[in-house]
Amino acid sequence: MAIDREMILQISGVNPKLCMKCGKCSGTCPAYDGMEYHPHQFVSMVENANLEPLLASESLYTCLSCMACIQRCPRQVEPAKLIEAVRLAVIRQQGCDHLLPDELPALLDPELPQQAIVTAFRKYKK
Amino acid sequence: MKYSYYPGCTLRTKAEILNRYALASAKALGIELEEVENWQCCGGMYTASTDEIATKLASVRALAQARDAGCDLVTLCSACFNVIKRVNEDARTNENFITKVNNYMAPDMEYHGETNVLHFLEVLRDVIGFDELKKKVVNPLTGRKIGAYYGCLLLRPGEVMQLDDPENPKVLEEFIRAIGATPVLYGQRNECCGGYQTLNEKSIAVQRSSAVVESALSQGAECLITACPLCRYNLAVNAAPQIPVYYFTELLAEALGVKEVAENGN
Repeated sequence: MAIDREMILQISGVNPKLCMKCGKCSGTCPAYDGMEYHPHQFVSMVENANLEPLLASESLYTCLSCMACIQRCPRQVEPAKLIEAVRLAVIRQQGCDHLLPDELPALLDPELPQQAIVTAFRKYKK
Repeated sequence: MKYSYYPGCTLRTKAEILNRYALASAKALGIELEEVENWQCCGGMYTASTDEIATKLASVRALAQARDAGCDLVTLCSACFNVIKRVNEDARTNENFITKVNNYMAPDMEYHGETNVLHFLEVLRDVIGFDELKKKVVNPLTGRKIGAYYGCLLLRPGEVMQLDDPENPKVLEEFIRAIGATPVLYGQRNECCGGYQTLNEKSIAVQRSSAVVESALSQGAECLITACPLCRYNLAVNAAPQIPVYYFTELLAEALGVKEVAENGN
């Protein structure tokens, strides 16, 4: 099934038309410096059905899921839900996991809590 | 006072001390935490989408067991609290979601959001009361300057979590006062530590956790407390400036005089 604007809106439950382009989401985003596309760009690019650049971007995996943009959006657009929906649409495709169990041993250190591993798999693997 | 209790994966392993200090403290305060049988990992992170069912079943099963035991469900880990409370909100308010979920549940376990989910901090604040807690302190941590680190998962989204004001929380500061210490306010106390990016893009976790610790040090904090194993890891291991980071239950156990009991087994 092709990934399109309708699919992203349906998975996310977000209405990007509510956005008034204040930029607060990106202003408060703690991962901003590490992102190619920022939260406010996700909102406008999904709204304009400009999905191709997002589908291929590492920014999908950079979101911390900290919910700062969800909490602080004055219009309840909740940009992180759009980022999550685009990421889910990608990793739900066969062979598109972002993290594989075989890659894990090299990333471990003795103190790392299990919580980090289960969370990363929840975010990056189907 | 009896509660169903959901420890979660990390409290059985790397964060065993978070669990042990909490159980010893709860006992000293007359709180019984009865572990949910055969609980499964909550997944560590709530998936914010309209169509995920399978990733939320573990939470629903724990919630249904607490309901059947007639108890509120208590968590200690911030991530478990966030996931389970948000799934419970879905179960209460989203008919489409819970209908699909119940198709996966055992016939006698149908669930509709009946259980009340509490973080252990809420039990201390709302059931015991911080004034009462203060009276039970035998080793007040007088003179200690402690920064409360909330992170994200205890507070957001505020409309669902309802633990405290998500932008100006105070429950951990009140806790710090109750055990006799002095809370230190700092700007980054409810900003992200970097979370699971320690596995994907470590530089983000280093940058974020360093910013939190620098913020706390600049206001005079001598140590930090948290409820989250992953926050503790990032702040203690990934942050460039060093500061001791404790689970809040460790200082609670110390103040209640049960720290050694907890460390030597309950």
